Amino acid sequence: MTTTLIVVLSLGYLGMLFAIAYWADRRADQNRSVISNATIYALSLAVYCTAWTFYGSVGRAAATGVGFLPIYLGPTLIAALWGTLLLKMVRVSKSQRITSIADFIASRYGKSHLLGGIVTIIAVLGIVPYIALQLKAISRSFTILLTYPEVTMPGATDSLPLLQDTTLYVALLLALFTILFGTRHLDASERHEGMVAAIAFESIVKLVAFLAVGLFVTFQLHDGFADLFDKAEAAGILNPLIVDGMDGYENWFSLTLLSALAVMMLPRQFQVAVVENSSEHHLRRAIWLFPLYLFLINIFVIPIALAGQLTFVGDEVDADTFVLTLPMAYHQSTLTLLAFLGGLSAATGMVIVETIALSTMVCNDLVMPGLLRRWKQIPPNADLSQLLLRIRRGAILLILLLGFLYFRLAGEAYALVSIGLISFSAVAQFAPAMIIGLYWRGGTRDGALAGLLTGFSIWIYTLLLPSFAKSGWLPVGLLEDGPFGIELLKPQALFGLTGLNEITHCLFWSMTLNIGAYILFSFWRTPRVNEATQATLFVDALKHQRFLGAGLWRGTAEIDELLHLAERFLGAKRAQAVFQAYATRRKIQNIKQLPADAETVHFAETLLAGAIGSASARVMVSSVTAEESLGMDEVLNILDEASQIRAYSHELEKKSQELEAATRELKEANERLQELDRVKDDFMSSVTHELRTPLASIRAFSEILNDDPEIELNERRRFLGIIVSETKRLSRLVNQVLDLAKIESGRADWNAEDVDLLEVVDQALASTEQLFAERGTQVIRETPSSACMVTGDRDRLMQVLVNLLSNANKFVSEKSGIVCVGLHSYHDRYEVSVADNGTGIAVEELPNIFEKFRQAGSTGNKPIGTGLGLPISKKIIEHLGGRLWAESGSENGAIFTFAIPKKQNDALPPGETHAEKDSDRG
Amino acid sequence: MPKKILIVDDEPNIVLSVEYLMKREGYQVATANDGQTALELLSETTPDLLILDVMMPRKNGFEVCSEIRADPTLSGLPILMLSAKGREAEIKKGVSLGADAYITKPFSTHDLVNMVNKLLKSQE
Amino acid sequence: MNRSIRTRQRLVGVSLLGLLFYFSPILTLFDKTTEWAGYPISYLYIFGIWLALILLAAWMVEGKKP
Repeated sequence: MTTTLIVVLSLGYLGMLFAIAYWADRRADQNRSVISNATIYALSLAVYCTAWTFYGSVGRAAATGVGFLPIYLGPTLIAALWGTLLLKMVRVSKSQRITSIADFIASRYGKSHLLGGIVTIIAVLGIVPYIALQLKAISRSFTILLTYPEVTMPGATDSLPLLQDTTLYVALLLALFTILFGTRHLDASERHEGMVAAIAFESIVKLVAFLAVGLFVTFQLHDGFADLFDKAEAAGILNPLIVDGMDGYENWFSLTLLSALAVMMLPRQFQVAVVENSSEHHLRRAIWLFPLYLFLINIFVIPIALAGQLTFVGDEVDADTFVLTLPMAYHQSTLTLLAFLGGLSAATGMVIVETIALSTMVCNDLVMPGLLRRWKQIPPNADLSQLLLRIRRGAILLILLLGFLYFRLAGEAYALVSIGLISFSAVAQFAPAMIIGLYWRGGTRDGALAGLLTGFSIWIYTLLLPSFAKSGWLPVGLLEDGPFGIELLKPQALFGLTGLNEITHCLFWSMTLNIGAYILFSFWRTPRVNEATQATLFVDALKHQRFLGAGLWRGTAEIDELLHLAERFLGAKRAQAVFQAYATRRKIQNIKQLPADAETVHFAETLLAGAIGSASARVMVSSVTAEESLGMDEVLNILDEASQIRAYSHELEKKSQELEAATRELKEANERLQELDRVKDDFMSSVTHELRTPLASIRAFSEILNDDPEIELNERRRFLGIIVSETKRLSRLVNQVLDLAKIESGRADWNAEDVDLLEVVDQALASTEQLFAERGTQVIRETPSSACMVTGDRDRLMQVLVNLLSNANKFVSEKSGIVCVGLHSYHDRYEVSVADNGTGIAVEELPNIFEKFRQAGSTGNKPIGTGLGLPISKKIIEHLGGRLWAESGSENGAIFTFAIPKKQNDALPPGETHAEKDSDRG
Repeated sequence: MPKKILIVDDEPNIVLSVEYLMKREGYQVATANDGQTALELLSETTPDLLILDVMMPRKNGFEVCSEIRADPTLSGLPILMLSAKGREAEIKKGVSLGADAYITKPFSTHDLVNMVNKLLKSQE
Repeated sequence: MNRSIRTRQRLVGVSLLGLLFYFSPILTLFDKTTEWAGYPISYLYIFGIWLALILLAAWMVEGKKP
C-alpha cells in the first residue's frame, strides 16, 4: 500500500471526526444536543480503550494468557459503584464547576493552588508514557501497513534520525488536530460536545474494527472458539491458567485494583465521565453498558492472540501487531484498512481527550496561579480569552512532544501494555486524596500533599527510573545492585520486597506510603475553615439536592464588576449571553438589575471556574468582591452539616473569640443606647415639668380671676401681671427647647463669618444695659483696643454672651453687684470671661452647672430662668470649636469663660474650617 | 377654729395662688419654699393638711413625705401632693410613700379645693 | 428509602459479588486446565462471571421498576 493511500485515508478519517464534532457543536449551540444521551455517554467512556487495548491486549494475551483481563475487570467492578462514587463526583463537580481532576482535588482541600499544581505535574508526567504508547502504535501500524501484503516488523526507530521518525510527524499532526478540535474557543463550562460526539463515534469504529478482525480470525480462519482452542492446545501455546499468566494471584489482584482506580483517575476519564457529563441520569446506563463494551472488545483477544501465534510460527512478528498483521497475512485489504482505522481511532481518541484534559489542567492549575500572582502587580490586558487559548494550545503541543521524547528514550524497551501500566500507576496516586477525600472529612490539604508527593516519588523511583535504565539511559547497575550498591534500595525490590512484578511492586509501596502519609499528615493539623467547608460540600454531596455553595458566601459585589471580570476571560459576547441566560433564569429582564447577592457571585465564580479553574476563579472573584468572613450563623451551619469536623480548630476558636468580642460590643452599644434613651426620657420629663409649672400658675390665676369677678383691682392687676410673666417664661422655654433641639440635631443654621469679638462684647453690653441698670449692677470692661477676629456666627456669640451677662446679673445682690467682662488674647485663641461678685457656685455643683434644667443657687430664691441657657451656650461654643467652663471666683462669685480659636488668617479662606466641621457632623 | 394648711412649693407664684385659694375657703395658711424649711415648721406646729410640691431644693417632696410618715407625731397628717411630675410612676411613688392625694400641675382650682375639703372632712 | 438509593445499594452488592468470584479462593477452583465443551474452564469462568455481573447490573438499572 502506498504512503499516499494510507495518509489520505487517515486524514479523511480525521476529517470525518472533525465534521462530526463540528456538527455536534452546532447542534449544541442550537440547544439540540446530540450527546445528551445515556448511550453516547457510555460510548464516550470507552475512550478508556486505547491503542493499548486495540493492539496491546493481544500482545499481552499472547505472552500471559489472561493477563490482559484485569485491566477490564477492574473497571467493571468499580462501575457498579458509580451509582454512588461517580454520582458524587459528578454532582460536586457540577455545583463547583470543576474542570479537571486537578481542579477537583484542589477544590476538595480548600481550593489550594499548590495541590492543583502538583496534581497537574503528576498527571502530565504520568501520562507522558501513555501518550508515547499511542504514538508508537500509530507510527508502527503505519509503517507495517506500508509493506502490505508483506508482514515485516519495522526496525527500532530510535536509531533513525529525528526528522525521519514517523512518530514525530504523527505527534505534530495529532497536536494540530487536537488544537483545532478542542481549543477553537474557550468554553465557559469547559464542555466539548463536539469532542464527545467524535469520541463516541470513535468508540464504535474501534469496536467494529476489532470485532471484524475477531470474527474473521475465529470463524473464517478457524471453526470457532473451540476449534481454535484445540489447535492452540495441540501447538502447546494455550495458556489458560491465571496463576501462570499472572505470575501469581497477587498480580491478578493488584492489576485489577490498579485499573479500577485508573478508570476513575485518568484525566481523560475524568473529562468524559465527569466534566462532559450532561446529566446525572446518564450514569445509570453507563454502569452496565460501559462494562459490556469492555466485554465485547475483549471477547476475541485470546482467539486473535492464539491465531497469530499459530500463523506466525517462528516468525519475528510482534504479537502487539496481530490485529493488523493477521488480516495482512491473509491478504484481506479491506479488513486490514479497517483494522488500521480501528487502531487509529483508539489512539487518536485517547490523545485528543487526554491532551485536552491535561492542557486544561496545565492552563488552569499551573499557569493561571502564576499569572494571577503577576497580575496583582501588573494589570492584564483586556481580553484574556485569547491568552488562555494560547496557553492551552502550547500545552497540547508540549505534552505530545514530551510523549514523543519518552517514546524515543524508553518506548522501544517495553510492550504497549507495560508502558500503559506505568501511567496507570502514576494516576492511581490520586486515588487516596480523591476517593478517601470524598468520604472522610478529616482529610486535609497537608495530608493530600504529603500522600501525593510520597506516592509520586515512589512511582518515579520504582517505575520511571527503571524504564530509563532498561532503555540504557541510566546505568543498569541501578536496578541490579541498587543505588550505591545498597541492596535494600533496589528500585524494583524496595526494602527487600521481591516476588512481585514491577507494577504490583510499585503499587504496593506507593499506595501504602501514599495512604499512610495522607492519613498521618491529616492528623497533623485540624482542617482550616475553608477546608472544612469544602470537605462538607464534597462528603455530603449526595445529601443535598441543592448544593450549599451559594449559602456560604457573604459579602458585597457590584454586578458590573462581576460581568466585566467574566468578559475578560470569556469574551464580551459569550459572557453577556451567559449572564443574560442566568438573569432570565432568575426572572430578571436586564443583566444590570441582577442582585449582586451570594447566588450571583457563586454563579460568576463557577462560570469563571470553567475557564480558569476553581482556585483561580475564587481569587479573581474575591478581587472584585468585598468578601466578609463567615459569620456565626454560617459557622454554625458548617458545624451542623459536618458534625464530625473537629470543632476545636484554631480558626473556629478564633472565630468564636471574635464573636464573643462582637457580642460584648453589641451589649455595650445596647447599654449606651439605653442610657441615651433614659437621658432623652429624663429630658422629656424635665421639659414637661418645666412647662407644667408656669402653666399651673397661669391656670390657677386665670380660674381665680374667672371665678370671682369681685376681686379688687390691685389684686386683679397683680394676678394678671403674674399670668403675663409666666406666659413669657413659657414662650421663652419653648423657644429654648426648640433651639437646643435644633443645635443638638445639627439642623441649626450657622453663619461662618469674620467676627470681631470686641463688637460682640459691645453689642452684648448694649443689649443688657437695661437689665444691669434695673438691679443697679456696676459693669467693668477689660478689653484690648485692637480687633479680635474669630470665625463664627455673630448672633450665636451674642446669644452666649448675653446669657452669661444676664445670668451674672441674676446672681449678684441688688445695688452692690459688680460684673466684669474680660477679653484676653492667647497664642491661638481668645478668651472671654464674665465674672461676678454674686452668690457663687458650690464646688460640688460645678460639674453639673451645664446640665439641662440644672439651676445654680438652689439655696435661696429661685431666679427666673429656664435652666437651658447654659446648656445652649455650651453647645454653641463647642460647635464653634471652642470651650465654655465655669469656676468659682477668688473671693466670691463665679467666673464663666469661653475660649474660641483665632481666625486662621493665612491658608484657609473664611468659612472653610466650618464647612469641614459641619460635614463632620453630617 | 379654722383649719391650718401648710403650703410647700418653691415656685412663688404657685404658693401665691394656692394660698389665695385656701384663704378664700377660710383656712389658715402657712408657707414654705423648700422641704427642709417645711420640716422645720412642722416640728413647731402641726397643721391640719400639707400641700406638698415634689421638685424642690433642699429635700424634695418625696423625702419630706417619707420623713413625715416615719414620725409618729405626724403620722395622721393628711398630705396632698401637688406636682408637675405627672408620670404614672411618680404618682404611684407619691401614693406609696404615704400621700393621701396626688394632683398634677397644671391643676383645676376646683379640684384642688374639693380635694382639700374632702381630706379635711375625713379627718374629723 | 427511595428507588434510586435502593438500586445504588444493590449495585454495590454486584461489585461485592465480583470481588467474591474474582478475588477469593473460589477462583482457584476454576483455575485449571480442564476443558468443558472444548473451552478452557478458566476462560468460561472469567468471561461467564463477567457477563453475568454485567447483565445483573443491567437488569437492576434498566429492568422492570418494582
